[in-house]
Amino acid sequence: MSTLLVASRKGLFTAERNSTDGKWRINGHHFHGEPVTQVLADPRDGSWYAALRLGHFGVKMRRSTNRGLSWVETPAPAFPPKPTAGEWADDATPWTVDLVWSLAAGGAHEPNTLWAGCMPAGLFRSEDAGDSWQLMDSLWLDARRKGWFGGGNDHPGLHSICVDPIHPQRLTIAISCGGVWKSEDAGKGWGLFGAGMHAPYMPPDVEEDPNTQDVHSLSMCAAHPHVMWVQHHAGAYRSVDGGLNFTRLTPPLPSDFGFVIVADPVNPLRAWVAPALADTFRYAPDGAMCVMRTNDGGNSWQAFRNGLPQSHAYDLVYRHGLTLAPDRKTMAMASTTGNAWTSEDAGENWAVLEAQLPPVAAVAWA
Amino acid sequence: MPTVSFAPQLQRHVSCPTQNVSAASLGEALKAAFLAAPVMQSYALDEQGHVRKHVAVFVNNEMIASRRDLSLAVGANDVIMVIQALSGG
Repeated sequence: MSTLLVASRKGLFTAERNSTDGKWRINGHHFHGEPVTQVLADPRDGSWYAALRLGHFGVKMRRSTNRGLSWVETPAPAFPPKPTAGEWADDATPWTVDLVWSLAAGGAHEPNTLWAGCMPAGLFRSEDAGDSWQLMDSLWLDARRKGWFGGGNDHPGLHSICVDPIHPQRLTIAISCGGVWKSEDAGKGWGLFGAGMHAPYMPPDVEEDPNTQDVHSLSMCAAHPHVMWVQHHAGAYRSVDGGLNFTRLTPPLPSDFGFVIVADPVNPLRAWVAPALADTFRYAPDGAMCVMRTNDGGNSWQAFRNGLPQSHAYDLVYRHGLTLAPDRKTMAMASTTGNAWTSEDAGENWAVLEAQLPPVAAVAWA
Repeated sequence: MPTVSFAPQLQRHVSCPTQNVSAASLGEALKAAFLAAPVMQSYALDEQGHVRKHVAVFVNNEMIASRRDLSLAVGANDVIMVIQALSGG
């Protein structure tokens, strides 16, 4: 890990840590002025993938095999023609990809396999490093999809893809608002998981329905993939059985509303969140930013504020806006207000990377 | 043969020359023009074959009425322009 990728409303930035003074600085800007909604550095071969959402011309994909020195345009995930007859002819959800919201690499021994989650909530698989994409029909044509709905967006979106590192055919995904789904066969068949979550925004009789849970993000402990964490619209949750059941965690005060949750890849008891004021306000509680960490499976949380703004901070950290590097100490966080920070000690202390970036959708390590 | 051209805002992403194409309808004309730059199709049309929400198509300086129905007949002297629709002020 030596490069931070920052996907923003006005392009993709790269940042690196100066070895002399230890400070992180922006050192690259790609796709000037274009919204970048997601970015992936493939740990298997080092390729970079960027998803663009051109305001006029739709979703586009770019790939670089030389760490951003040059990019090529590759096909974007696309839905098949919408049926004109049958069950889906009157589908209220457009069959047009509006946003690539999540990108994930396949298993270590699945070279060139990629996953893309979109809005509307289609899941696509590529077996050729993004030169083509196949829609996972079994999920898209599951009748239960008609029960999904958009959270703060017009349509439901698929924002989290967890590939089991030991059994990469096993996928766990999350949809807002469509709950947690799992496949044991690389997307051919799906089960609706996520029992135990509670949606107080729904009519009382269906508050427990797993199909309409507003999961804001889902994160898996790579070394213990049965351990999963959820930042839900209404609270933080943890599962110890691969997403089948979730338990509500002690609220990470000052707020258990937020969008992002990050699992430690080794320690199944450790995770981070970036709280926000619920739920229509969506900025730092009391205008004071903090990152919260649990080391005991969510029984207790510790707030870290050093280096983060503590007054008039109207930042919101989106669901891909906080990331932990493979060293499990270095972190980066960026907000809708264009602030970006780094931490060298697992989130306990933060330093400003930049304070005037465009709104940031995602941060990732390369 | 109708002429098809793409505005500079589109050409910034995909180079596609102004072309005279053999076509009897707007849809056929666009399809023929995309042969010279296949990637351009995804910039002008979505995957359902509809003109994108923020793209406008003019035939002889008149904006087409439907984004979905591209069956409008075009003739030999017609001029088709695909532009970035100005939106948002």
